[in-house]
Amino acid sequence: MQVAEKMKVHEIDAKGVYYRDLNEKVRQAISRGEKEILLKNVNGQYYIGDGLRGGDVRITIEGVPGNDLAAFMDGPTLIVKGNAQDNIANTMNGGKVVIHGHAGDVLGYGMRGGKLHILGDVGYRIGIHMKGYKKQVPVVICGGTAGDFFGEYMAGGVLILLGLDEKSGKPVVGDYLGTGMHGGVIFVRGDVDRERCGAEVGITEPEDGDIALLKEYLTDFCGDFNLDIEGIMKKGFKKLTPASLRPYGNLYAY
Amino acid sequence: MFTSLAPPEYLAAIDHEKCIRCKRCIQNCGWGVYSWGGERILIDTSKCVKCLRCYHYCPTEAIQILDNPVRFKSNAYWSYHNIRNIKKQAETGGIPLSGMGSDLPYPILFDHLLLDACQVTNPSIDPLREPMELKTCLGKKPSSVAVERGKDGRLKLKTEMPPQIKLSMPFTFAPMSFGSISLNAQKVLAMAAKECGIIMNTGEGGLHEDLLPYKDNIMVQVASGRFGVTPDYLNAGVAVEIKIGQGAKPGIGGHLPGEKIPLQVARTRMIPVGTDALSPAPQHDIYSIEDLRQLIYAIKEATGYKKPVSVKIAAVHNVAAIASGIVRAGADIVYIDGFRGGTGAAPIIIRDHLGIPIEHAIAAVDDRLRQEGIRNEASIIAAGGIRSSADAAKAIALGADSIAIGTSALITMGCTVCGKCYTGNCSWGITTQRPELTARLDPEVFAERLINLMRAWNHELKEILGALGVNAVESLRGSRERLRGVGLDTQTLDILGVKPAGM
Repeated sequence: MQVAEKMKVHEIDAKGVYYRDLNEKVRQAISRGEKEILLKNVNGQYYIGDGLRGGDVRITIEGVPGNDLAAFMDGPTLIVKGNAQDNIANTMNGGKVVIHGHAGDVLGYGMRGGKLHILGDVGYRIGIHMKGYKKQVPVVICGGTAGDFFGEYMAGGVLILLGLDEKSGKPVVGDYLGTGMHGGVIFVRGDVDRERCGAEVGITEPEDGDIALLKEYLTDFCGDFNLDIEGIMKKGFKKLTPASLRPYGNLYAY
Repeated sequence: MFTSLAPPEYLAAIDHEKCIRCKRCIQNCGWGVYSWGGERILIDTSKCVKCLRCYHYCPTEAIQILDNPVRFKSNAYWSYHNIRNIKKQAETGGIPLSGMGSDLPYPILFDHLLLDACQVTNPSIDPLREPMELKTCLGKKPSSVAVERGKDGRLKLKTEMPPQIKLSMPFTFAPMSFGSISLNAQKVLAMAAKECGIIMNTGEGGLHEDLLPYKDNIMVQVASGRFGVTPDYLNAGVAVEIKIGQGAKPGIGGHLPGEKIPLQVARTRMIPVGTDALSPAPQHDIYSIEDLRQLIYAIKEATGYKKPVSVKIAAVHNVAAIASGIVRAGADIVYIDGFRGGTGAAPIIIRDHLGIPIEHAIAAVDDRLRQEGIRNEASIIAAGGIRSSADAAKAIALGADSIAIGTSALITMGCTVCGKCYTGNCSWGITTQRPELTARLDPEVFAERLINLMRAWNHELKEILGALGVNAVESLRGSRERLRGVGLDTQTLDILGVKPAGM
């Protein structure tokens, strides 16, 4: 009986629906107790999943959702079957977002919990001021390449960059990697050019504990996209951590 | 004698004849000026900030705090502070910090503006015996309203009103975060706000659970660090504010040092104990008015369009155009903070040299929004060094809907505007997290004092309105005809939209 309940999918056709009306429909469906929601024909509608709660809610999105997907979200799982745009998981507190394509700029801004998995490339300023709190460890994993300012002001959580499409020849990450970083950890698959990093970053080899942690996170990631974890783990990773937890401790005269 | 070549600013002196060695001064000083020497109190005057805590708690009035007469040779160009800062920077290589608003002698326009009063030809009103309406609603107002007849035959409003914050007087408390001030200081603000029918503002530091009983009198803030921001937080208060800038430090971010982040602050901000809480200078998801609109509506979506959204900016050169953009981006309230506005910590060089006075900013923003026909789209909260109900009345006459007060509220808690908030040693228990210091600030006792201040200002405002011959603060709002300038040049008068006295 429970299995049958779970199979029930509530469909909403988003074609030509204004974002405010679409999100209201989603909120109403959740308040009615719908757990499995399918949004069809999504075409740039903003704020899908914004402020939604409920760890047992799953929303599948067909089409390209607009900016601020999963902003302030705390619990649900969003699965995007294509590309997505900017500001995903803005100040997200919990839940999971899975993007089966590329995504834009400023992802995971101020994110405090939950997971953001992107199969493809991402833009600039990913994971800015991500922060951890107690059991909340936000995790952002990007399968492709990233632009400049990856992990800027990072205060906590985990950022993983894989650069899986090695044939593309594109640099895996842009400049100013981890600028202003004062917490958390970044793992980059392959080598990291010191000159691309912010002055606040220390580059080391991952230790055994780190590898175990990476495996745990990547097992989940590979499960979402049906990827082979062994192949991914074959190539080495670099671990980036803040050189100081107080990078600006000596800035002021008292 | 001193390790620094910058002589101490103040001299703490004890009359040892009067001193009864009770050691209250040692206990009360958060700065470590006093210590026990076995027979008498010893003084390290270099640590004194003239906060006067020791003076007030000395039972025999044995303590005197003097401005140090040993200063650098006086010079009309090279001020004491210029020389002192250079010496400090030569010793540390750091950026000198300060708390509170700028204390430099820039012109104070409030002191060049005078309010009108009724004589002979138009009657004044006695607020003690006649009704006087100070109620203020903050939020978007419709450009027109439709009415319809209800079933009972009476007319009622047909137009759906956007969400409003209802204030029983045109004041709010300025945002001050838990971290910059103590939880007890926040409780004082919350209790007084509830009693006075106004609101306090969490600042960017999250909402401590102890403040939840006051949630109907709280505006929560979202800034670049996004500390403590969750869906519950956004929905907890009566409104949400996006902080872009602060008058005391326009264009720069915040930095709460790890030393000021003990367990309770960390819990409320949702960050680990002892790490620095950095609020980046910009919000990196806002590079344009369109981006701001996106965040405003992200918040409206997360709060079901039930809470007004305020956007707080520092008063800067192009404030009118920026405010217009903010209103067009969908903000319900524009909060403008003048360069005199207070802070818990700001580089002195920024505080003293960036931004513009609030008086100019209110006039410019009010003008611009009226010219564009969008003044009704948002309320204006003005802040930045409001010292009295007269400043407030003048700001309202220039075009503000409501006034936010920060420093004045802290003064009721014992603050003497010593400006050392950034050290975390406040002996009055306000801008500190040291438990032995914060315990001094009994929220109930000091809430009473703050309530007294608000009550007094409310009375004064009513007296001013009565003298003006109007019976509602609404009638003063933007009524610059009721202001006259003294000693102001033509251009300044033009910007303020005020006639010179005598005209």
